[in-house]
Amino acid sequence: MKKRSVFERMAAAPHLLWSAIFIIAPLLFVVYFAFTDRNGSFTLENILSLSSYSHTFVMSLGFSLIATTVCFLIGYPLAYCMARMSERARNILMVLLMLPMWISLLIRTYSLMALLDNGGLVSAFLTSLGGKKLTFIGTDAAVILGMIYDFLPYMVLPIYTTMTKLDKRYLEAASDLGCNNRQTLFHVILPLSMPGVISGVTMVFVPSISTFYISQKLGGGSFDLIGDTIERQFKNAVTYHTGAAISLVMMILILISLAVMNKFSDSGEDIIV
Amino acid sequence: MKFLSKFYIGLIFLILYAPILVVILFSFNESGSLSHFSGFSLYWYKELFRDGEALEALKNSLILAVASSLIATLIGTLAAFSIARAKSKRYQRLAEGVSNIPMMNPDIVTGVSMMLLFVGVAGILKLENTLGFWTMLLAHTTFNLPYVILSVLPKFRQMDKNLTEAALDLGCTPAQTFFRVELPSILPGVVSGLMMSFTLSLDDFVISHFVSSPDFKTLPLYIYNQTAHEVKFSMYALCTLIIVVILALLIAVNVAGSAGDSRMRKKVKKAQGVSVR
Repeated sequence: MKKRSVFERMAAAPHLLWSAIFIIAPLLFVVYFAFTDRNGSFTLENILSLSSYSHTFVMSLGFSLIATTVCFLIGYPLAYCMARMSERARNILMVLLMLPMWISLLIRTYSLMALLDNGGLVSAFLTSLGGKKLTFIGTDAAVILGMIYDFLPYMVLPIYTTMTKLDKRYLEAASDLGCNNRQTLFHVILPLSMPGVISGVTMVFVPSISTFYISQKLGGGSFDLIGDTIERQFKNAVTYHTGAAISLVMMILILISLAVMNKFSDSGEDIIV
Repeated sequence: MKFLSKFYIGLIFLILYAPILVVILFSFNESGSLSHFSGFSLYWYKELFRDGEALEALKNSLILAVASSLIATLIGTLAAFSIARAKSKRYQRLAEGVSNIPMMNPDIVTGVSMMLLFVGVAGILKLENTLGFWTMLLAHTTFNLPYVILSVLPKFRQMDKNLTEAALDLGCTPAQTFFRVELPSILPGVVSGLMMSFTLSLDDFVISHFVSSPDFKTLPLYIYNQTAHEVKFSMYALCTLIIVVILALLIAVNVAGSAGDSRMRKKVKKAQGVSVR
């Protein structure tokens, strides 16, 4: 059996090496760049200069919180309705829900833009109704709508999955004990589907707060969310130090949000779909 | 109630699909208008393939996806094996936790951090133009790894350990045991990890955006560049083609899956019938 354990350790080596070089080291580079200046000496300048970006942080946080909330309000009833369908209908709906997730985010954002574009179908329709020309691209609402549209399936899927796995006997017990439908929903189904809600919220919130593509396309190029700022710092700027500092702060912000959220959920286990 | 819920599902799915349908419809539009459909034409499809850049990007995407998913599957399967067999629980948690970092982190942070690694190392080694195919390969393999581990690890944990011990007792070398006994029983997990990596790699834009150079463009990067400044109808044609391919694949996988399911069910029934008799 001794040879065996040597083989087992050898098998771990490539992964450990890979993780050290390509996961841990890059994060250390982010920290290094965030705390150094152009000459490589230690400085807090980058972090302190972020106060001028506080508006960006607040706006990003606000946008992604709104998008996440709306996704939950639309997605939870949708998952609930889907879970109550016949098995055949559920299979079809499942494919319909998965298809947008497989289509690149670029394409989906681009197609939403096609629909909402000035001169697109929606604006042509509204113009024919009211006569007044409406510009939608470039507004806050367009960017938030883009987040909702792009990430809604990621909210529905985990909730739907936990609902279909839910033990039916709980529901029977609830109605036997005198719960009406609404009481069953709020006192039995909702608490039991919390793990799905938590992972759905995570899967909408994290990409929303870090997006740059949605705000570039639907914001008409005039938006500065955190993602846009980071993207510009790394693609156009001369040095990466400010960009690294913003990335670091965003990462910490997200970690805190996730920790807070996990605290609210009853089960302490991590949920990954 | 039943009607209301059907109506609600229909409404949300309609909204979800409306933009996609608009793109598909207007990719066949004769004129370059977004609100007026003047006539059916394949002009934008011809336009798309005229310069060959789209085909080049598709080729690049496929090469990258095949290479990165194969490497990730190899490393990830070995990693899952050692994690499942490790005696120390702390090591198990640590190894899993570290490989999950790219999955939990927003893509932009993963992309930016890898860019800093490549640029930083290139600076130390005094190299120029490091970004390109190789950096993309390394990045794609890295973000594929957790998905492979995630799909293979449960198979190792479900596996009957007595089989491994029996093989070793009967004189198999550790390598033989791995390839003849363990690999066949974890194969479904390996295959699904491979497929998932392949599609993730094909689909990735954000991480590639930061670790690529203009010389090596994948399909998402090509779409991004083309749509940066203006509405291009040839991109509608490209999107339509991609959507059709994805739809076909999804249906194929589903049909194959349900066929496999029913075959499995038949087998189970047969086995039950035998045991009852």
